[in-house]
Amino acid sequence: MAKNAVITHPESLKRPAGPSAYAKDPANASLTKADKIALYTKMARVRHFEQRCIRIYQQGKIGGFLHLYVGQEAVAAGTISLLGKFDHLITGYRDHAHGLLVGMSMKECMAELTGKVTGCSKGKGGSMHYFAPDKNYWGGHGIVGGQVPLGTGLAYAVKYRGQKGSCLTFMGDGAINQGAVHEAYNLAALWDLPVIFVIENNGYSMGTSQERSTAHPGCLAKRAEGYNMTWDVVNGHDVYEVRAKTAIALKRAHEESKPTVLEIFTYRYFGHSMSDPDKTYRDKEEVKGYRETKDPVFLFEKELLDEGVLTKALVESINAAAMEEADAAAVFADESPDPTVADITKHIYWEEDNRGPKTTSRGTIIFE
Amino acid sequence: MAEIIDMPKLSDTMSVGTVVKWNIKEGQTVAFGDILAEIETDKATMELTCTVPGTVLKIYASAGSQLPVGEPICAIGKKGEAAPEPKKAPAPKAAAPAIPESTGIPCIPEAPTSSNTPLATQSDGSRTKASPYARRMAEKAALNVAALSGTGPGGRVVGRDVTAATNAPTAAPAGPINVAVTPPADGKGIQPDADSPVSGMRATIARRLVESKNTVPHFYLEVEVDAAPLLALRETLNKRLAESAAEAGLKLSVNDFILKASAEALRRVPAVNASWAGTSIRQHSAVHLAFGVALEDGLVTPVIRDAHSKSLRDIAVDAKALIAKARSKKLSPAEMSGSTFTVTNLGMFGVTGFYGIINTPNAAILSVGATIKKPVVDAHDRVVIGQRMAIGLSGDHRVVDGANGAQFLQALKQILEEPTLILI
Amino acid sequence: MAVISYREALRAAMREELKRDENVVIMGEEVAQFNGAYKVTEGLLKEFGPKRIVDTPISEAGFIGLGIGASMLGIRPVMELMFWSFSYVAFDQVVNNAGNIRYMSGGLINCPIVIRGPSNGGTNVGATHSHTPEAILASHPGIKVVCPATPYDAKGLMKAAIRDNDPVYVMENTILYNDKGEVPDDDYIVPIGVADIKREGTDLTIVAHGRAVITSLKAAEILEKEHGVSVEVVDLRSIRPLDEETIVASVRKTHRALLVEENKPFCGVDAQIAYLIQSRAFDELDAPIGRVSSIDAPQIYSKKLEDLQLPYPARVVAAALKVLA
Repeated sequence: MAKNAVITHPESLKRPAGPSAYAKDPANASLTKADKIALYTKMARVRHFEQRCIRIYQQGKIGGFLHLYVGQEAVAAGTISLLGKFDHLITGYRDHAHGLLVGMSMKECMAELTGKVTGCSKGKGGSMHYFAPDKNYWGGHGIVGGQVPLGTGLAYAVKYRGQKGSCLTFMGDGAINQGAVHEAYNLAALWDLPVIFVIENNGYSMGTSQERSTAHPGCLAKRAEGYNMTWDVVNGHDVYEVRAKTAIALKRAHEESKPTVLEIFTYRYFGHSMSDPDKTYRDKEEVKGYRETKDPVFLFEKELLDEGVLTKALVESINAAAMEEADAAAVFADESPDPTVADITKHIYWEEDNRGPKTTSRGTIIFE
Repeated sequence: MAEIIDMPKLSDTMSVGTVVKWNIKEGQTVAFGDILAEIETDKATMELTCTVPGTVLKIYASAGSQLPVGEPICAIGKKGEAAPEPKKAPAPKAAAPAIPESTGIPCIPEAPTSSNTPLATQSDGSRTKASPYARRMAEKAALNVAALSGTGPGGRVVGRDVTAATNAPTAAPAGPINVAVTPPADGKGIQPDADSPVSGMRATIARRLVESKNTVPHFYLEVEVDAAPLLALRETLNKRLAESAAEAGLKLSVNDFILKASAEALRRVPAVNASWAGTSIRQHSAVHLAFGVALEDGLVTPVIRDAHSKSLRDIAVDAKALIAKARSKKLSPAEMSGSTFTVTNLGMFGVTGFYGIINTPNAAILSVGATIKKPVVDAHDRVVIGQRMAIGLSGDHRVVDGANGAQFLQALKQILEEPTLILI
Repeated sequence: MAVISYREALRAAMREELKRDENVVIMGEEVAQFNGAYKVTEGLLKEFGPKRIVDTPISEAGFIGLGIGASMLGIRPVMELMFWSFSYVAFDQVVNNAGNIRYMSGGLINCPIVIRGPSNGGTNVGATHSHTPEAILASHPGIKVVCPATPYDAKGLMKAAIRDNDPVYVMENTILYNDKGEVPDDDYIVPIGVADIKREGTDLTIVAHGRAVITSLKAAEILEKEHGVSVEVVDLRSIRPLDEETIVASVRKTHRALLVEENKPFCGVDAQIAYLIQSRAFDELDAPIGRVSSIDAPQIYSKKLEDLQLPYPARVVAAALKVLA
C-alpha cells in the first residue's frame, strides 16, 4: 500500500500562493507578452500531444513502452526555451516533450509511435528514440543513465571546438544511481566540461520511491559536491523558476566552461509508463493533490490570466488548437504507411547509406 | 462528432476484457482524466481513463460483460447528439507486412524419387559415403560414385578416388561405351540398343563383387554328392507334412537341407566360419547363413541368423519368409547383412556345377548344382545309375587352406549322404 | 621500405591521422603522460599536446560514452581500451550507443569512433584480461570489427578505421606488438572488408584472423616441408564486414578447409565462417570443415598451459592432416 507523498520539498521551495517569485528575474524580465503566450502554448501543446497518445495506446496501435510527460511540462519548456545555437540537449526515454519543444512536428512524432515510415525515426526507434540533430536534439535513449556520458561527450565536443555552448543532459531521479552517471560527473568536473546535468525528479524511479532506492535521499543533486560541482534545486512547477535557475547554469557553462547539476522537482500524473498500474506505490489522493495545487500548466495559465496576458477565450482557443493539432497528427499516423521488409536493413551503417567513391569499406556487412 | 470508445488494450498480452463496473452514466458530463470504468484484464483490474471530454451518449457494454479488445463499449460526444451505431469491430488490420502463412517450402523434404537418387545402398543399408566434391566430380565423369571404393576416413569416396577411377585404364565401365559397336546391318537386332542406368542394387553388386574378386585370393574345391538318400528323405518328410493339417503349407526344399547341412558341417569344421580382418582372423561363434535369391533385376542374399541352433523346420520357415520378402523388395538392411557363410544354388536352372564369388567378409561360398542322373560305380564296383549333385566351394586362401576346405566338404558330403546326421 | 614493428605501425597511423584531421583525438587510460600502457601511443603527447592526446580516469563507461557523444558532433575519437576485456565494463555504450544510435534515429546520426586495444590471451594475465570479443562485437549490426595480424595491415587498417564514418573496433594483440614487417611510409590504407591471402597453396585452405594467422603460417611451413602439402592461408583482416568472396574462392580451389582462431569455440568467429563455407561451397568440399579454437575454458594462468590452450603450430598441423585424410 502506498505511503504518503514522498517528494520532500524543502519548506523554502513550497510555492507561495500568487505570482512566481521569479517573474521579474533577469532571465524572465525581458519576456514580451508574445513570448509568454508562446511559452504557454508550447506547454499546452505538449500536454495535449501526450494525452492524445493515451487513446492511441489504448487502441493497441502503440507497441512496447509509452512514458508520458504529463505534469512535468515546465521542466522541458523552461529549460529548452533558453537554448542558443551551440546549446545541445539529450534525455532518457520520457522524451516526447523535448522533441516537440525543439520544434519537431506532432505528425512525425505521432507517426513514430505507431511505427510508420513517416515517423521521425522512420519507425525504427519508437517512443523512446526521438532525434532531431538539426535542432541540436540528440535523443531519446532507452537505457537508464546511458545517455549521460553521451551528453558529457557532446559538451566535450562543444568545448573542443571553442564554442560558447553547453549540453543539457536530462535524466530521471532513478538514473542517478547508475555507475555511468557517476563516471560522467567525474569527467565533467575533472575536465571542466560545459554540461548541465538536469535531474527531472518526479519522485519515483518506476515504482520505487527515493527512500527505497537512494542512500541519502531528499536531495539528489547534493552528490555533486562529491565531484566538486556546483548544484542547485529548482521547483519544477514554476516555469519562471526553471528558466531563472537554468540561465545561471547556462552562463556558467558558456563563460567558465564548468558543469552544473540541477535537480528539478516535478511530478508525473500517470504511471512510469502505460503498462504501470501505479496503485502499488502511491495513492489517488496524492495524485489529485498535485493536480490541483501544483500543475505547472494550470499555474502558469493562472498567472498569465491574472497578468492579463491571457484571456479565457485565448486559453480555450490555444487548447482547442492544440487538441486539433494532436487529433490531426493521430489521423496522419493512422493513414501513414508502414516500413517495408527492405527497410529493415537500411540506416545501419553510414557507409551503406552513402555508397560512393569515398567509401572504402567492402565485404559483407549485413548477414543472412 | 461522437467518439466511440473501444475496449482498450491495457496490457501487452490482453485479448479480452471485462467491464467490472461503470463509474459514469449515460448523459453524464466527463472531463479528461476522469475514470470511466474499471476493466479487468488478464493481469489486473485497471482503470479506464477518459481521454475524450464531453457527454456520455451511450453505453454499449453493460457491467459484467466480457468483450474482445477493440469492441465498442461506449460513446462520448456533444450533449444532445445522437449515439452512433456501434459497428462490429473491424477485423484487426493485418500488420503490413503480414507474416505470410506459408513460404511454400515444405517442412519435411519430399522423399526422393528413385530417378534422382544418385546414392547406392550399401549392404548394411547406409548411404554411400562420398564428399560433396567427389559426388560432383563423379557426376561430371558419368561415374557412379557408389561403385567406387573410397580411401577417405571411414571409407568415404573423396576427390582422389574419382580422379583415380577416371584415369584407371581397366576401370569399371566409365559411362558411355567407348568402343564403337556397329548397329545391326539389317536394322533389326535382338533387342533395341539402350543405355539403362545402373540401379542401386546393381551398383552395389558391382562394387562388392569387384572388391571381392580384386582383393580375395580365391581357390576352388569340388565334391560330388550322392543325392539319392537326401531326395528320398525329403520326399518322405514332405508327404508326412502334407498329411498333417497342422503343418499345412510347410514344404521342405533341397536347399533347406543343404543350408542345415552346411551349418552342421561348419560345426565340425569351424575354421571355415571365419573372416579375414587384416592383422587377425575373426572366428565367428554363430553361423549366420546367407543364401542367394534371384530377382528379376538382380540377386540378393538374405541371411538366416543362428542357423547352427535352428532346426530344419526353422530354417525352412525362415527361408520361405525371406524369399517372399526379397521378391517383394521388403528386406530390411539387417536381414541382408551380417552373414558368416553363403550358399548359392543354381540347380533349378540345370547348371551342373559352378564356383561363386565370395560374399566378403565370409571366408567361403558354397555353390550347389543340379542333381543329375549319371552312371556311377557303386561299392561293389558295379556300374549303376546314380543321382549326383556337384557342389563347389570357393575359399578365401588367407583364411581357409586347401585342407580345411577339403575337410569341410568332406563333412558336408557325409551329412548330405546320411541326412539323419542332421539330427545330432 | 622501412621495417618497423606492429606497435610502431599503429603509432604511425595515428600520428598521420592526427596531422591530417584536426578532429582526431586519442583518448584512454595512460595514453598520454605514461606514453601508453603498451607504449603504442609513445611520443604522441609530446608531439600533439594534451588537447589531442587525452588521459582518462579509469571509467570506461564514462569515457567511451563521452567519445561517442562527441563523435555525434563530428569529433573523431580514437579510444584505447587497455584490454578489450574492459569493454565489458562499457558494454552498454559500446554496443547500444555506438551501434544503435544511427538505426534508432532512422539514419540521422552517425558515430565515427574508433575503439582500439589488445584482444588476446597468451600473456598469463588471467581470465578477466584475456578476452577476444571480436565475435560478440561483430554479431551487432551497426558495428565494424577489424583484426590486423601484421604491421602492414595494422597501419593500413587503423587509418581506414579512423577515416571510416561508422564505429570501427580494432582488435590488436600485445604479443604481435613486437613483430616487425615492411611498412610503406606513404599514406596507404587497407580497405575494411577485404581479406588477404598471406600464403598461396593448392591442397588446403586455412582461414584465420589475428595471431592465429601467424600460427597458421608456421603450421603451413611444417606441412609443406614434412608432409609435402601445399597450404593456402587466408587472413580475414576484417571480421565485419567479412570478405566472403575470398574465403569461398580459396575453398573452391583447394576443396578442404581448416579454420583457426584464438576465440573460444562457442560462436567464435569460425562458427560463422563454417556456415558460410558449407552454404556457398558445399559441392566443393572434399572433407568436413576442420577447426582449431582455444580450448573451451576461461583463460588459464599457468604459462605452459596457456600456450597449450591457445592454438599452436603442431595442433594446427594435426588438425590439417585430419582434414587432408
